[in-house]
Amino acid sequence: MEGMTIMVELSSNLLFAAFFLYLAATICFSVSVTGRKWRDKQGEVTGNRLGTVGYAAAWIGFVLQAGYFFTRWIAAGHVPVSNMFEYTTFLGMALTIAFLILYGIYRTAVLGMFTMPIVMLIIAFASVFPTEVEPLIPALQSNWLKIHVTTTALGQGLLSIGFAAGLIYLIRTLDFTKRGKKVFWLETIMYSLLSLVSFILVRYIFRLFDYEAVFTYVNENGEQAEMVYYLPALVGPNEASLQTQGALEPILTMPAWIRSDDANTVIWSLAAGLVLYILLRLILRKPLGAVLQPLLKNINPDTVDEVSYRAIAIGFPVFTLGGLIFAMIWAQIAWTRFWGWDPKEVWALITFLFYAAYLHLRLSRGWHGEPSAWLCVIGFVIIMFNLVFVNLVIAGLHSYA
Amino acid sequence: MEKVKCECGHLNPYGTHLCESCGKPLDERDKQASMVDMRYEGVARRSQTYNKTVVDKIWNFFSSVKVGVTIIVLTLIASSIGTIFPQEMYIPGNVDPAQHYEEEYGIPGLIYYTLGFHNLYGSWWYMALIAGLGISLIIASLDRVVPLYRALKKQKISRNEGFLKRQRLFGVTETEQAEDVLEQSKEHLRRKRYNVKVEDGSLLAEKNRFARWGPYINHIGLILFLTGCMLRFFPGMYVDELVWVREGETQAVAGTEREYYVKNEEFFIETYDENDETFGPALERAGGNQIKTYQTNAVLYKSSGGTVGTEPELTKVKSDSIEVNHPLRFDDYALYQYDYKLNELNVMSLSMNNRESGEKIGTIDIDLFDPEGEYDLGNGYRVVIESYFPNFEFDENGEPSTISDIPDNPAFIFRMFSPEHPDEGEYSFVAIRSNEDIFGENTYEMSFEGVETKNVTALKVRKDHTLPFLIAGGSIFMIGLIQGSYWSHRRIWLRRFGNELWAAGHTNKHWASMKKEFQALSEKTGMTVPEDKQAKKAMEEHTSDGRDDNNGRT
Repeated sequence: MEGMTIMVELSSNLLFAAFFLYLAATICFSVSVTGRKWRDKQGEVTGNRLGTVGYAAAWIGFVLQAGYFFTRWIAAGHVPVSNMFEYTTFLGMALTIAFLILYGIYRTAVLGMFTMPIVMLIIAFASVFPTEVEPLIPALQSNWLKIHVTTTALGQGLLSIGFAAGLIYLIRTLDFTKRGKKVFWLETIMYSLLSLVSFILVRYIFRLFDYEAVFTYVNENGEQAEMVYYLPALVGPNEASLQTQGALEPILTMPAWIRSDDANTVIWSLAAGLVLYILLRLILRKPLGAVLQPLLKNINPDTVDEVSYRAIAIGFPVFTLGGLIFAMIWAQIAWTRFWGWDPKEVWALITFLFYAAYLHLRLSRGWHGEPSAWLCVIGFVIIMFNLVFVNLVIAGLHSYA
Repeated sequence: MEKVKCECGHLNPYGTHLCESCGKPLDERDKQASMVDMRYEGVARRSQTYNKTVVDKIWNFFSSVKVGVTIIVLTLIASSIGTIFPQEMYIPGNVDPAQHYEEEYGIPGLIYYTLGFHNLYGSWWYMALIAGLGISLIIASLDRVVPLYRALKKQKISRNEGFLKRQRLFGVTETEQAEDVLEQSKEHLRRKRYNVKVEDGSLLAEKNRFARWGPYINHIGLILFLTGCMLRFFPGMYVDELVWVREGETQAVAGTEREYYVKNEEFFIETYDENDETFGPALERAGGNQIKTYQTNAVLYKSSGGTVGTEPELTKVKSDSIEVNHPLRFDDYALYQYDYKLNELNVMSLSMNNRESGEKIGTIDIDLFDPEGEYDLGNGYRVVIESYFPNFEFDENGEPSTISDIPDNPAFIFRMFSPEHPDEGEYSFVAIRSNEDIFGENTYEMSFEGVETKNVTALKVRKDHTLPFLIAGGSIFMIGLIQGSYWSHRRIWLRRFGNELWAAGHTNKHWASMKKEFQALSEKTGMTVPEDKQAKKAMEEHTSDGRDDNNGRT
């Protein structure tokens, strides 16, 4: 093997190792938070020391992932944040950096218990996209690629910590004995996270079996085209004709302007997530939030609220700098105008406006605590929407993946 | 309105909640409460004090944070609607938007178009929202910053009892050595970089007051930024032109009043090597042909004199390679690589031949952008161009015509003169892949010999006088944002009452960090750590068994 190929190999191994360190950190933090049951021979509680172990594991994971990042950078010759796999992986790293900062300030193991699994999910999600090293299109060949994209991701990472803390706050404080809207929405968040897990699982399982179904169809320009599905087609493309023998015939076909393979994946994820959710409910016989709540009973909600607010107070300027200001400077250089109402630009503005609204609401009485926590959830939904939906579904200048 | 005199002797503006100097609660509500409202230091804000005239009402409307947040949220929702379907500027230029939205997106598309959402960001109501945001920024800031500045400047070291005990962080230490504790505290807090002032038995330690001005500074930046955006509506503030230049050609740079000319020496495209070791697999998956470079090698000239019509005298300013992400800059202008056309037909070579013998009489080279009327081949042979159609088509009447002046599909009607046909000549129609006698049997014919092509580059010409405003506004905004976000304004008050030492603390945000300051202070001086009234309340509300409070901390 030649030098650069070895480098790429090394890079992916480092990422794999980082993933397992994050898993180790998750376990340590969880035991640390829920650790009353873990006692040593003298009957002493050992759980809390595990928080420090988890913190160390998170650090090592971060260093390994930085190793992934820089070896890939060397191999590619450009900063590895230029497609969905690379950007999403980097977002996971940004989330880790953000966590390390906030843990440094507040030393709350519970934050690690929730953040580390989210980082793992994000990295697993990234790995679903093609991982080959891609060359840069002319518009991306600029120093602003590293400056704009990394700053924006770091900002999003910090804002996402606000979500993690907000989620902890909700699970800690909601009254699960009353089945109402609040419990419903919290369970919806749980279900969404399970759908993301299912998405990753389903993709890996069918990849294991090398599942492939080729369709010819009529695209949005009225031309014959081919589309390859890697999951059995529940919905097929417009006027689909299945070319692969033994593959599943689609139940429904989609109009031409919908990316039917993406729609199919979404349906699979939501359905598998639902199965997973129902199974868990049947086994546990409680809302998932109610299962987690007793584990958090020693957590001071006020502190979690502050962690959440602080993460956003730190993240908002970083996001604004990266996602709007650096973005505008680069757009002026590459696209001749600093602002062009491209969907990605608009959604960065929406993220900015949303967190601006959040920060102003925190000035008013009655918006601390629970309402703030809900806002953090919505903010995270906006960030994820901008990452996934705007890149993949809405056509625009940022559709690189 | 008359001023309100506090018992400390300070004259406060009408409407003040907490005395600007000593902090004593002045109105009944605060006197009853266990905690005073410390937002904006309890100053008299115009919006909270007057509500009679129309001006008052407008002022009060726009100074409200709730109104501000509502405008932000409305802008947010409107902005998101604009991304459901592409905006008008992103649909193909040659289609009628009225039909396009319905054809592409069906009934939702029709509704979208009918409501004007296809041009949402330029709509009057979107502009109105942004204007509302701007007004709210100005009024809400002025309403708060002026009295806040006064209150923070006038604060006394020794604070009123009622003020101290109604702080969120408040504690009393019984001690014989209150003076020593005060002295130690002073030392400790100085080391912690507090600005400490002591005055007979009272101490005020203050840190990062400048953080309080952050929000107002960032609002100033935003207002400046919005002003810059508004300036775009004035003519002459910016230039946005496109200039197409063929290889070898020199063109006036549009928008520079014929002051500058640009020559395209060469335009080319580079693609990535599909056998590249690193990128090979990705290129193979994408089906190859990934563009690496669009480049124009350009020379910029400045014209000296020369009115319209006369040939300008050009002096070279500089030469540069223009690429995406690398514009050519001069004065306040920039030339960007924007578009291109490869292999545009430029010169076409045709020969006049005898049909029967195949003898070649001669060859003519026609400049497709500037064809000559007649080409003399000698010996009584000449070719006259009767008609030239640069981009040929048959129009509705079946007559030959041209779509444009660009020779994408050139066609000619030639008249060939020869010794055999010296007077009338013979007519020949020549187009790409077609060569016809118009009136039957000809002795001679024109046949295609070859073609010369050139690449054409499209350069975007930009100048923008609003940029300095945007840069200044953006920078001031960021400075203010960082100032307000990364520092918090903390104050610690200590006051001795006999054998009691009262301690109170206030911060504008991040109370847990503030509490750590008190813990450190307590370790140093033995002072009781003040209790957090709000956290106590929160824990009582949310804890069933009221057990420990360790936050899963290590």
